Amino acid sequence: MNDLGFPLLSALIVVPVLGAVAVALVPRSNAALVRGVGAATTLVVAALSVWLLVAFDASDAGFQLGEKYTWIADFGIAWNLGVDGISLFLVVLTALLYPIAVIGVRPHHDPKPYLAWLLLLEAGCIGVFLSLDLFLFFVMFEIVLVPMYFLIGGWGYGERVYAALKFFLFTMAGSAFMLVGIVALAFLHQQATGELTFDLVTIAEAQGSIAQTTARWLFLAFAVAFAVKVPLFPLHTWLPDAHTQAPTAGSVILAGVMLKLGTYGFLRFGLYLFPEAAAYFAPFLVTLGVIGIIYGAVVAAMQRDLKRLVAYSSVAHLGFIVLGTFAFTTQGLQGGVIQMVNHGISTGALFLLVGMIYERRHTREIAELKGLQKAAPVLAGVFTVVMLSSIGLPGLNGFVGEFLILLGSFPTRRWWAVVATVGVILAAVYLLWAYQRVFHGAPDEANAGTPDMDRRERLVMAPLLAAIVFLGVYPKPVLERIEPAVDRLIAHVEASSDFSQPEVAATEGGR
Amino acid sequence: MLSAVWLVPALPLAGFLILLAAGRKLGEPAAGWLATAMVTGSFVAGLVTFAGLLGEDEHHRQFVFTVFEWLPSGSFSVDVGFLVDPLSMAMVLFVTGVGALIHLYSIGYMHGDPRFHTFFVYLNLFAFSMLMLVLGDNLLITFLGWEGVGACSYLLVSFWFERDSAAVAGKKAFVTNRVGDWGFMVAMFLTFTSLGTLTYAGEEGFLENAGALPEATALGIALLLFVGAAGKSAQLPLYVWLPDAMEGPTPVSALIHAATMVTAGVYLMARVNPLLDAAPTALTVIAVIGAATALFAATCAVAQRDIKKVLAYSTISQLGYMFLAIGVGAYVAAIFHMITHAFFKALLFLGAGSVIHGLHDEQDMRRMGGLRKLMPITAGTFIVAWLAIAGIPPFSGFWSKDEILAAAWDSNRLLWLVGVVTALLTAYYMSRQVFLVFFGPPRWEEEHAGASSGEARAEPEHEPAAAEAAPATPHESPPTMTVPLVVLAVLAAAGGVLNLPGVLTLEHFLEPVFEDRLHHLDIPAGVLISLAAVTVVGAVIGILAARAIYLRSTRPAERFEPEVLRRAWGFDQALAGFFGGPGRAFANFTSRVLDGRGIDGAVNGVATLVRGSGSRLRLTQTGYVRNYALFMGGGAVLLLAFFLFRTGVA
Repeated sequence: MNDLGFPLLSALIVVPVLGAVAVALVPRSNAALVRGVGAATTLVVAALSVWLLVAFDASDAGFQLGEKYTWIADFGIAWNLGVDGISLFLVVLTALLYPIAVIGVRPHHDPKPYLAWLLLLEAGCIGVFLSLDLFLFFVMFEIVLVPMYFLIGGWGYGERVYAALKFFLFTMAGSAFMLVGIVALAFLHQQATGELTFDLVTIAEAQGSIAQTTARWLFLAFAVAFAVKVPLFPLHTWLPDAHTQAPTAGSVILAGVMLKLGTYGFLRFGLYLFPEAAAYFAPFLVTLGVIGIIYGAVVAAMQRDLKRLVAYSSVAHLGFIVLGTFAFTTQGLQGGVIQMVNHGISTGALFLLVGMIYERRHTREIAELKGLQKAAPVLAGVFTVVMLSSIGLPGLNGFVGEFLILLGSFPTRRWWAVVATVGVILAAVYLLWAYQRVFHGAPDEANAGTPDMDRRERLVMAPLLAAIVFLGVYPKPVLERIEPAVDRLIAHVEASSDFSQPEVAATEGGR
Repeated sequence: MLSAVWLVPALPLAGFLILLAAGRKLGEPAAGWLATAMVTGSFVAGLVTFAGLLGEDEHHRQFVFTVFEWLPSGSFSVDVGFLVDPLSMAMVLFVTGVGALIHLYSIGYMHGDPRFHTFFVYLNLFAFSMLMLVLGDNLLITFLGWEGVGACSYLLVSFWFERDSAAVAGKKAFVTNRVGDWGFMVAMFLTFTSLGTLTYAGEEGFLENAGALPEATALGIALLLFVGAAGKSAQLPLYVWLPDAMEGPTPVSALIHAATMVTAGVYLMARVNPLLDAAPTALTVIAVIGAATALFAATCAVAQRDIKKVLAYSTISQLGYMFLAIGVGAYVAAIFHMITHAFFKALLFLGAGSVIHGLHDEQDMRRMGGLRKLMPITAGTFIVAWLAIAGIPPFSGFWSKDEILAAAWDSNRLLWLVGVVTALLTAYYMSRQVFLVFFGPPRWEEEHAGASSGEARAEPEHEPAAAEAAPATPHESPPTMTVPLVVLAVLAAAGGVLNLPGVLTLEHFLEPVFEDRLHHLDIPAGVLISLAAVTVVGAVIGILAARAIYLRSTRPAERFEPEVLRRAWGFDQALAGFFGGPGRAFANFTSRVLDGRGIDGAVNGVATLVRGSGSRLRLTQTGYVRNYALFMGGGAVLLLAFFLFRTGVA
């Protein structure tokens, strides 16, 4: 038990599960109560995450507020939770994005199972970020697939069945490799030390207990699972389908939170468990990331469906995170972590806005939309701000992560960073072009009567806009909390490989 | 007094926030007056800071005011902070001064626009961003302002977004600027990697240490920054967005695309002058690009029919002069010309706006003429600006241009010659404009004079006001518009006193920023006077030639306006053709063929294959997912066995 005297981390996982059960127990006929219970649950989780933010010790680089209860003693598997600067904001992001997605978007039918699945998904996502046990992590990592599969399949659009299946298979295929990796790792660790455990910290700190070549193979097993999740080029084609066909709230959670399971996995498990292998494969992964940045942007530009365009923009944005992660500098990693948060906010907001457009016009075809700024100026204004954030305008949140990633990767991956910076131009191309076609021009008959945002929609977007501006203007409190954990991770990589961070980037030294 | 500096950007920011929250309620004209008051207040705060700076010792006029730490990450740290030194204060004063006048003018110009308050929301945000740009105490805050003014430019160019051409122009401006920003960003990465900081001032700062960089590194940073500068300041080959940006309301053209934002590149080059000093090759490149742009844009200007397009190409050309000055080390001359140019070019644009306003949104010069009697204030002030830009003494443009040309002569005769030819062309195309608009027979009543020739873009500028009854008599503009004209006319006429030869007020003030890196003319007085005489004679030839063609001759002047020049040598078209043709085809290929059929096709192919063999193996049961999960599980077990076996043997 931690110092709080309250199992806060467990509560963050258990409360959504209880909420899902409660939703399931409410009679189907009472839709208002169903929605009420669902909304209340997400708000409680959000409140718990704020508590977490307050309780978090910014100066501590290690895992905090740990909770460990034996689960399967024979295999050394435990309910082992902890939070550090890397996972902290991802948990907070999830917990704060959820009320927005749940309250802001209403399903078209069957709210009861819809909300139950969503809440279960929340538990899984938070569980992934908090797990310090490899087995527990795997369980959480897999659990999230089920609710998302049913959410896409049950509440999605036209091609939902195909998209849901594709999403499920892709991720399952990747996970299979990771399962092998996890089990192999635990047994190999046992061989070397005599102790069978799935404890992340124990295994990670015992570097050298596994042969270098084996560790590299194991890293690849993990990497495949994460690369699918991110997704890295060329494993990305499930993403546009899943995002486009998912119901709006599903897209928001999928882009806002679930893509980060991959990038988070790389940081928490890839770099931490296999620092030498991570350094060894870094050029390869960075290359895939940079290809994703350019490729995602080029393909996004040519999309005819607005939602698909936003989906492809994620491929580009996530490419930046991979670049930053495998740059192995303080700025690169810190930028990567904060970019995960910022991408969640901006892209979540974009999906909400596209959803609002769809609700009004019943189409996402760019060619059928025109002149919406005239008809719905507030919607257009909000879209503009979110778009500028996604483009990476300084002063808004998107810039902070992107800039730190590029700044941090330049010293170690110079030419990759130079090419990746081209992505900054391309982001402006596809988003501004889309904006021009959808919002500019004189509206035709079909678009002229499009209603503007109503009060509820404004209320939903307001916290996102506030976060976009706040994180752009004053990211310091966030960066400060991320930095110790990131530095610890880099030191870990440096200790186990012949990589060392350039002096200019390191926290000590430099200036 | 120095600490008043934080008010300089804070007031327009406050204006922006207030207008954002309550602009609609304030409505017209209160929203405009509030915005104008904020920028005027900013100007006053600038004056106070300036006075404070003058009170300090001449050689220690460099003060940093930190507001808060913006981006701390490892050894990297960037503050939101202001650098108060002679250069930044010179910029602040002319930006807020000219800015306030243009805000005032806009109250009259935007009268009746349904989005009146929105216009001032953007305008105040622009003023804030521009002031951050010039006051920033590090490259990143400069970049913040740099991008901010770019975004405001986007919003304001496409302000009348119902018009497709305006929407396209806004996007083009932003994207082209982003190409330049790529250079700026990579320059910052390289700077950080080599110096460990982006901060300008201080012992460890950029300015102090840039000179000590290895020449190759210095050259790299300098050229990358210049790529950014060329984008923002519309130099070859990134100038293509500026002529199109004329789609914005005319006060925007005056403020952003003539007086302030487009000079940001020149400011940046002047700011990093110790770096340029360490990379002489970069200086050469800048001088050559500047001179080439000056000449190129001047040739384009002689054939334009749209009153604003002439001014747009003229601005590109004059910015070329400023880069030429930077390139030959005449930093003060560059800043001097930047200031006088802000006076006369803002005046020209505002005058053009007044003409457009008076003619009910006519922009084609072939349908103007004889306006001096009907619009005496506009005509009078426009003529002052014309003489200033043409380089006729004692108007301001003469002094600043002369200084640049003298410095060019001193370093390279060819550059000087290009400058003189440009000066002649400048006098010619500006005289052509003045004669077509204000002299000669009135042509605004003729029904679509040259409509058959098609190309002239003369769509109405005002979306709503255009609804007024069509051919009314041109009228003089209201006082909110004419007062700024008169003030700017006085400045355009007398601005030369800032840096008269021999007295050199501006040079003495700015000298601590440039120290010995400043080009000091080493030319005998006789040569100097002869050089000035040559340029004045050139200008007079230009004026006389325009007079002969456009006032004296009754024959159509079309043959002096070759199509190739009107199309700006076809460069923009070629570029658009490339991106619209092969570029788009490539993107389409990537998206439809490579991604759609290639990668995703492979995925679906594998799925079909598995399903096919699956059915043959009679493993199809209820749901596919379960089957595949089984496959995965089986594969996993096999792999696991492989690993255990392999390591077990080893």
